Amino acid sequence: MSTNVNMIRDLAEREYKWGFVTDIEEERVPKGLNEDIIRLISAKKHEPEFMLEWRLKAYRHWASLQKAQAEPKWANVKFGPINYQDITYYSAPKRKPSLKNLDEVDPEILRTYEKLGIPLAEQQLLAGVAVDAVFDSVSVATTFKAKLAEAGVIFCSFSEAVQNHPELVQKYLGSVVPYTDNFFATLNAAVFTDGSFVYVPKGVRCPMELSTYFRINAAETGQFERTLIVADEGAYVSYLEGCTAPIRDENQLHAAVVELIALDNAQIKYSTVQNWYPGDKEGKGGIYNFVTKRGKCAGVNSKISWTQVETGSAITWKYPSCILQGDNSVGEFYSVALTNNYQQADTGTKMIHIGKNSRSTVVSKGISAGHGQNTYRGLIKIMKGATGARNYTQCDSLLIGDKCGAHTFPYIEVRNSTARMEHEASTSRIGEDQLFYLRQRGLKAEDAVSMIVNGFCKRVFRELPMEFAVEAQKLLSVSLEGSVG
Amino acid sequence: MSLLEIKNLHAKVENHEILKGIDLTVNPGEVHSIMGPNGSGKSTLAQVLARRENYEVTAGEVLYNGKDLLSLKPEEAAAEGIFMAFQYPVEIPGISNVYFLRSALNALRKYRGLEEMDAMDFLPMFREKLKLLEMDEKLMNRSVNEGFSGGEKKRNEILQMAVLEPKLAILDETDSGLDIDALKIVAKGVNSLRSPDRAMIVVTHYQRLLNYIVPDFVHVLMNGRIVRSGGPELALELEEKGYVDAERQAQLA
Repeated sequence: MSTNVNMIRDLAEREYKWGFVTDIEEERVPKGLNEDIIRLISAKKHEPEFMLEWRLKAYRHWASLQKAQAEPKWANVKFGPINYQDITYYSAPKRKPSLKNLDEVDPEILRTYEKLGIPLAEQQLLAGVAVDAVFDSVSVATTFKAKLAEAGVIFCSFSEAVQNHPELVQKYLGSVVPYTDNFFATLNAAVFTDGSFVYVPKGVRCPMELSTYFRINAAETGQFERTLIVADEGAYVSYLEGCTAPIRDENQLHAAVVELIALDNAQIKYSTVQNWYPGDKEGKGGIYNFVTKRGKCAGVNSKISWTQVETGSAITWKYPSCILQGDNSVGEFYSVALTNNYQQADTGTKMIHIGKNSRSTVVSKGISAGHGQNTYRGLIKIMKGATGARNYTQCDSLLIGDKCGAHTFPYIEVRNSTARMEHEASTSRIGEDQLFYLRQRGLKAEDAVSMIVNGFCKRVFRELPMEFAVEAQKLLSVSLEGSVG
Repeated sequence: MSLLEIKNLHAKVENHEILKGIDLTVNPGEVHSIMGPNGSGKSTLAQVLARRENYEVTAGEVLYNGKDLLSLKPEEAAAEGIFMAFQYPVEIPGISNVYFLRSALNALRKYRGLEEMDAMDFLPMFREKLKLLEMDEKLMNRSVNEGFSGGEKKRNEILQMAVLEPKLAILDETDSGLDIDALKIVAKGVNSLRSPDRAMIVVTHYQRLLNYIVPDFVHVLMNGRIVRSGGPELALELEEKGYVDAERQAQLA
């Protein structure tokens, strides 16, 4: 038994492999946050007036929230006070990112991507995946633009969208996550420096999977990116997001916002593999991942599907949600959240049923190891007019070892008696008997743990695009390897 | 050289001494049956041999192929050719039988310095073994033991044994929970795996199983010790007179 525990401990102590820092010159604004900083960010980005105004409104709202100490306190996570004046809100690689092709990208940056396993050039040639790479706050390279443009798909950095498609930005920005939504979303609205923008026009099926890799490089920069994806009538798009961050002793704040809008008969599939630095094994450092993600199924028969694999971050606070406004609209949420060492996760979803016959599926798999604390928090809300609405929720927790915790807070609010709700939940533990069984058949302990966990997550991995599913499995094995008592 | 040599084996769990000096020698090709009442230490012996770590060996030694078995981890013992059919096989949700078994087989092959077997080679062999155990092909893609009946689980254990081809197979109460038809199928599978270079230790509470898997030797385990040994006729005697009588006989002798 004790050998088992030790072995598990050894495995759990595997180091974070993506913790390198890239040495490049950066352009920064002074630390801290005030109206001047907001104006400076907006000016540096040559934004139109409406953007600046929106940012300032957000900033003023945020300042009042902060005065009222309105940081959300309800989540089942613990962290010390964040000094928002000690954060640098804008940091960009110094060389001007007005690049025509990949050759113009700083080779250091390209090398970083290679370490991450996403050589852009190779992806461009082989994978058929268009990558909008966000390096700290400014997008440095966007590939496949031409091919996408041919289909009429707009896929660019948020900054470019503001310059080139201001009417679309103005129409949809904040339409799903208003700047008043919550403390962190408000902060993001005030200071966000870049992100991705996607618009798929009527009737177009996006010819390739779109992908963005985010990476926080500079010390003490919060990353506040913002993603806006609009699928017009009958359009389809699948979007992949992957994240890593280097090792720092301090905690870094990551407060992103993602807004999705699906019009009539449109479909958006949004997949995330999140591997931000989780902190060391004593719980020092790591990313605070406080993210607001929400999609609006605005049109009839529209569908939004969230799939997330969360293995990183010191603290994860995110609830990718769907507002099911259109009749017959469909919302899906598939999630694997893993906490090891001293990681904390409070994650889940909200499905707001407004349209008739709207349907939602929630499958959440929480894995806790080490001293990790994993919370599922979900709200299924059936509004008065949502006749014939249906929800199926499955919420499973897997415990590895005896020092971790799993918690579930499912909220259900039904205001229409025709609604059909199903909720299934389970909590299990990787037992010594399961491990022994697999080891008796010849599998090493770490492979046995990884096999059990992969089996547990299968339902979610099935929803990921192929190459992501493979990556997710590997990531899970690395992040986990170990644990069991 | 004998395949397995157990000398004066003592083992405890949570300060409870369960094995109090076991001596047993098993040669290749032999089938030994260990019989005894509940709590006599049968399953403990099986699990110590399979290297389960919650038992502490306090004295004695076990040589397997001349090697110190007690220094091996469970996966190393498995790779050296020890297989245990579990009394209570566990479920592994989300992992298909066929994937699990191929992973296990390849882990063993890797340890032995052999090339991994790809799906193309594995599947035909696997199908053969399914037939042997009269198991439905549909079971291939079902999760390991999930939703299996008690009988199916036990058959699945023997199927795994057939695929992994151990040198020493330990069957822990394989007959428990089986109806007579399932028992016959399991016994047929086990018998087909008997061979001059494979030994088996069949742990059972009842003589019934031994009508179908006829052992070369029968040992009676009582209170952590082997109190009597004999041929297959000893099992019949036990069935007739019970374990209490066996213990009295042992004390007289």
